[in-house]
Amino acid sequence: MFRKKLTNSVKSAPLEVEESLARFWPVPTGLREDKNLAQSSQATGGLASIPALLQRNAAQFANKDAYREKEFGIWQTWTWAETEKEIEALALGLINLGVEEGDFVAIIGRNRPYFYWSMVAAQSVGAVPVPVYNDSAADEMEYILGHCGAKYAIVEDQEQVDKVIEIQEHLHQFKHMIYIDPRGLRKYDHHQLHEFSHIQAQGRAAHDEWITDLEARRSKLTYDSTCVMLYTSGTTGKPKGVVLSNRNVIESAKNSVEFDNLGAGEEILAYLPMAWVGDFIFSVGQSYWTGFCVNCPESADTMMTDLREIGPTYYFAPPRVFETQLTSVMIRMEDAGKMKYRMFHHFMNHAKKVGGDILDGKPVGLLDRLKYKLGDMLVYGPLKDTLGFGRVRVGYTAGEAIGPEIFEFYRSLGINLKQLYGQTEATVFITAQPDGEVRADTVGVPSPDVEIKIDDKGEIHYRSPGVFVEYFNNPESTASTKDAEGWVATGDAGFFEEGSGHLRIIDRAKDVGKMADGSMFAPKYVENKLKFYPDILEAVLFGNGRDRCVAFINIDLTAVGNWAERNNIPYASYQELAGHPKVLESIQSHVETVNQSVADDPMLAGCQIHRFLVLHKELDADDGEMTRTRKVRRVVVAEKFKDLVDALYGGASSVSTTTEVTYEDGRKGSISATLDLRDAKVVPMASKVAAE
Amino acid sequence: MTQVPADSYVTEDGRTIGPTVMEMKNITLRFGGVKAITDISFDIREGEIRAIIGPNGAGKSSMLNVISGFYVPQEGEVWYKGAKRPAMKPYQVAQQGIARTFQNIALFEGMSVLDNVMTGRLRQMNANLIQQALWKGRAEKEEVENRAFVEKIIDFLEIQHIRKTPVGRLPYGLKKRVELARALAAEPSILLLDEPMAGMNVEEKEDMSRFILDMNDEFGTTIALIEHDMGVVMDLSDRVVVMDYGKKIGDGTPDEVRNNQDVIDAYLGVAHD
Repeated sequence: MFRKKLTNSVKSAPLEVEESLARFWPVPTGLREDKNLAQSSQATGGLASIPALLQRNAAQFANKDAYREKEFGIWQTWTWAETEKEIEALALGLINLGVEEGDFVAIIGRNRPYFYWSMVAAQSVGAVPVPVYNDSAADEMEYILGHCGAKYAIVEDQEQVDKVIEIQEHLHQFKHMIYIDPRGLRKYDHHQLHEFSHIQAQGRAAHDEWITDLEARRSKLTYDSTCVMLYTSGTTGKPKGVVLSNRNVIESAKNSVEFDNLGAGEEILAYLPMAWVGDFIFSVGQSYWTGFCVNCPESADTMMTDLREIGPTYYFAPPRVFETQLTSVMIRMEDAGKMKYRMFHHFMNHAKKVGGDILDGKPVGLLDRLKYKLGDMLVYGPLKDTLGFGRVRVGYTAGEAIGPEIFEFYRSLGINLKQLYGQTEATVFITAQPDGEVRADTVGVPSPDVEIKIDDKGEIHYRSPGVFVEYFNNPESTASTKDAEGWVATGDAGFFEEGSGHLRIIDRAKDVGKMADGSMFAPKYVENKLKFYPDILEAVLFGNGRDRCVAFINIDLTAVGNWAERNNIPYASYQELAGHPKVLESIQSHVETVNQSVADDPMLAGCQIHRFLVLHKELDADDGEMTRTRKVRRVVVAEKFKDLVDALYGGASSVSTTTEVTYEDGRKGSISATLDLRDAKVVPMASKVAAE
Repeated sequence: MTQVPADSYVTEDGRTIGPTVMEMKNITLRFGGVKAITDISFDIREGEIRAIIGPNGAGKSSMLNVISGFYVPQEGEVWYKGAKRPAMKPYQVAQQGIARTFQNIALFEGMSVLDNVMTGRLRQMNANLIQQALWKGRAEKEEVENRAFVEKIIDFLEIQHIRKTPVGRLPYGLKKRVELARALAAEPSILLLDEPMAGMNVEEKEDMSRFILDMNDEFGTTIALIEHDMGVVMDLSDRVVVMDYGKKIGDGTPDEVRNNQDVIDAYLGVAHD
């Protein structure tokens, strides 16, 4: 209701956007109709900031649940009215502590209501929240806190407190730290250390003293003031601080909410890292815009149980989570009784045939429909319920390509899982798949208000109200990413599919290279094909500037470990399992199948894998081989395992190597291994040419 | 800073160690002709972590069993909270506020973690059989209160994810933690831990050490523990009793014990006459 009232009063939509949209591809009619609703360049009704939205929600949805967190075995709940009081108390406490406008406040912890409140409280006092990955090692944290010059940090527990204390002496500007869980911290020096609840209590006590100050600061917030600063995970080089304004966040939230028709009744589970832009948009932007409830799990280990208890209606996960869940379902089905096992596979085969079409509203025969209904009663419904997807109305996967098999599995169950393509710099949304136009190999059409163009090198550029303000203290990078007209280079190569107007991503633009013979080298394309096998966790392809390609492979310990258990193959470690001849054989057969499918595409046939090895350790963010969002750092891997790459291009059939590893507590050790180098069958290029 | 009473002192890491809460005086324990413990005396002070160490067969577990009332020594006296303790059944000892864990885990395998930990609260439940059966009146109120307490402990020991899992399905390290949770649920004034880290890997040992320190810090629980891992003992405990062949051969701070020639001999092996 309120949304209608708001959007009707907006009348200043820039019209040239629609024209430029039409220049690049046909605009779907559904979007055209929304234009005058979705495009507002001015904030209205004073709703120009998250704290302003909070006040509106507290008035409008006073008794509606805003936050839930499972603690002590029970879902503890805060309504919007209570939330406003909690945040106000904290904001007053922060002023009392000396937080000033423009200060940066680092937020370090897992998803908990207290941290979401902290971000909004920081905004309320004119400070800028900077969420940091809570599993960052101390030196990564030091870089970020040093780079933005954070004076305050709000952290979760002893572990994080210890980390910050460790780096504190290098942070000259650092003033105070606030922690939530007091356990084990009683004996610490509390000169610069404060308990969250004490700060709130001090804020409540000092209400009369600071409330005018708080109100004045809050009213100074505009559509252009900074809403949040998020550090990119950085596949190359140091992380960059992306500054997002209230305009970026609120416009993006508003557009995406309308795109998927989200309302105040949605339930989401907040479990993805708070430092990631997606969580900020879903759990803060969209939640504050619509007033829906954010649920926080009890701990990382209970996520699956909590997911099931909440039954979210709007769900977001990277492909990895869907993969893990599918693997665990399949493993558990192996242990099920004969009757259940056969019923499961019978109905899953049927779902595979018609489930996706039924979801997309395509014509399906009556008998098939009836059988699907029966399957829903017996298999799909209970399974969705177990997975916690029983109520999902809109589900998204993004960040990486998802395996078509996995994608189809969930869609065939009747879960409306879609793909979107986004970036921190775009405040998430660049493209998304509208209902009924969902496919595994595209990322959808441009999101509302987003313009896209593809340059002659194939790189995707976009312009939208969500385009970030700047990289903090880094004008060179800002200039090289965003041009004067506001176009942002994504660094991804892709193209629009003819006919459907959907965007397809090929690879990171900088990763796309040339082989020695001049044909295209697109590593991600091949790696993704490999990663779609449940027993392959990661793959890294090499071949830029070479005459042929070779690959590193990481096996998936859960899937392969389970297989080993079933086949009575004893193993003590990842390393041992990775070197097992039977494992290598099965990986080899996957590689060869992938080679065949790669050879089907004449443009990329040169990317077939000639030789490969299974790595003796899992690629890990602690060793710098991956980003915290688990994307492979190609250059680091190539450098670190140079001896292995050389060996693959050499002729030997095995190679000995020693690798340094970092444990979670920061200590270092090393592992050494002798690895088998395997040759894989490739489809000869010559025959391709002959066939043509 | 508050004034520290004359019979207490403050440790380097800022914990206050109170007066003696339990004292063993000249304990001798025999099984037929075998002397398990010979004339041992030591004390446990309030709020401290007290370790009992020694080679295999030194009589450590027997000592713990004397404290918890499983064994009644033939000679000697046990003084608890300033009074001499008469011969007692183990449940009476438990009622006095002494809880323990076992070397080889004694949990109810078929029951969930939650139910197992709840059994630690039995001492705090007073409802009668009929009330319990009908779950009315006092029974309901007590269950809610005790569940709330138990949930705090589950949170404290980070076992939320296995709350509803039957104990029989858990790996060894987690079972040990559940047993600790049950002992802690009894709100003991002295907690006896029999080899809390036996059979654990380094990471599990580190976790367990952290829980023991946090327990001591957070709840002020006095802890007496038996442990083989010398590194762990030396790091954790305030004072250590060393036993060998049923006799006490050393008693003091970890540093004192480490430099005690008898202790070195017992551990490195010297011919006994």
